[in-house]
Amino acid sequence: MTLDPTEPVIRIHGLTKAFGEREVLRGVDLDVRPAENVVVLGRSGSGKSVLIKILIGLLKPDQGETIVLGHNVHRLRTRALNALRRRVGFSFQNSALYDSMNVKQNLEFPLLMNTKGLQAGEVRDRVHDALEQVGLAHALLQMPSELSGGQRKRIGIARTLILRPEIVLYDEPTAGLDPVTSAEINELINQVQHKYHSASIIITHDLTCARTTGDRVAMLIDGTMLRIGSFDEVFATDDPRVAGFYKYNFMQPPEQQ
Amino acid sequence: MPPKPRRRTVVIARGVDSFFTGVYDGARFFGSFLLEAVRPPFHLREIIRQCYEVGVRSIPLITLTGFITGIVFTKQSRPSLAAFGATSWLPSLITVALLRSLAPLITALICAGKVGSSIGAELGSMKVTEQIEAMEVSAINPFKYLVVTRTIATTFMVPSLMIYCCFVGMTGSYLNVHGNEATSLAAFLKSGFSTITYLDVASSVSKSFVFGLTIGIIACYKGYNATSGTEGVGRAANASVVLAMFIVFIEEILIVQIVHWLRT
Repeated sequence: MTLDPTEPVIRIHGLTKAFGEREVLRGVDLDVRPAENVVVLGRSGSGKSVLIKILIGLLKPDQGETIVLGHNVHRLRTRALNALRRRVGFSFQNSALYDSMNVKQNLEFPLLMNTKGLQAGEVRDRVHDALEQVGLAHALLQMPSELSGGQRKRIGIARTLILRPEIVLYDEPTAGLDPVTSAEINELINQVQHKYHSASIIITHDLTCARTTGDRVAMLIDGTMLRIGSFDEVFATDDPRVAGFYKYNFMQPPEQQ
Repeated sequence: MPPKPRRRTVVIARGVDSFFTGVYDGARFFGSFLLEAVRPPFHLREIIRQCYEVGVRSIPLITLTGFITGIVFTKQSRPSLAAFGATSWLPSLITVALLRSLAPLITALICAGKVGSSIGAELGSMKVTEQIEAMEVSAINPFKYLVVTRTIATTFMVPSLMIYCCFVGMTGSYLNVHGNEATSLAAFLKSGFSTITYLDVASSVSKSFVFGLTIGIIACYKGYNATSGTEGVGRAANASVVLAMFIVFIEEILIVQIVHWLRT
């Protein structure tokens, strides 16, 4: 399917999702344009991760539409959904590396399972490229248990990139990392956007990450997108829910910086 | 203070509901296995790797248990047979006992404990650390890659291990018989196999296939549906062993009954 380059690659409309009595998403709307990084900010448990899990078809919404690369995700049959998933990368909060495989095998696995007739040399080159991109070419034969938190995140992102996705979904990419490693991950997210021209949704509650990586920021509060715009636009408000979020990230309001 | 009758009724109703929900989910899981097992791709390399994990890595334990069972069973049976001057029946008694019941059960129980807990813990840990979801988002069918391959491996490896267990059990028994009665190997084998029928072999092998399938599917089901973090992983591993052993015993009773009907 050929896509109009001006059309959003992700279109979320009226998305609702509840777990039992607890309504997590209440009519979420969001568009993501090609090669755009959109950061979804929100408190822990606000439904940010649920949102991207719905986008990739891991969860089903109660209502609403999610159109990804022109496909309504929840109307797709398994084969079509898998074809779509090959075009969308997902970087997990805890990296979700396969701990029975070394770094090389972790990267080769999705490639070999999804690409038939790939020559050994090509597999090697693509693994090497992905590792170079995240600056961990030397870690090829290490096991996930031997890697630091930041390295695991990088390998997780490399595994996401191995299938050369058009969209990358990052779930809390800087959670649990020190400020220096977080800054490196933020830089990596920007590099991925520039090199692969991929669109991204970055789920985070880290304002530094939001400011560094986001072309636009969407504030998810009480199950709805309260504010969408540039970082400064989103926080230029007296709404105590937004201001409070800012305050407790230990930063000064934008106008004071 | 004992619970009020009404509260007790609620607890019982919840228990019954949870039991039937579990049975339904388990049946669906088994149905999915049957469906996915015959659909390509077959992940042969992973099946072979799992066969190695289940089969080859269980050999030391099966060897030890089978060998000791052969010796101990022979030693324990000797006084009773000696009272009737029938120690020459020892080889056939041991062979029949090993093939019909001891080897299939020993193998199944060892595999339920060793392999079942290992699969339950491995899949449970993959579930709670989102590795199964990571496969899904990479367009890999985790059910097929993890559940089907492991269950096929246990289904084929448990009968193979059972035959091996019979062999080492008979070896243990022969060494004991040879040491006490100076019976030659040829005489031991001749006497041992004289009472064995095709039905004995067929029923034991088929029984082991059923046990292997049961162990694999239960361990995968418990691991694949693990929840609640690391505590859930431990619970999945434990439940895999307990439930598999319980069902193996029930199957043993049913199959013995069926074979008895076929024999008569």
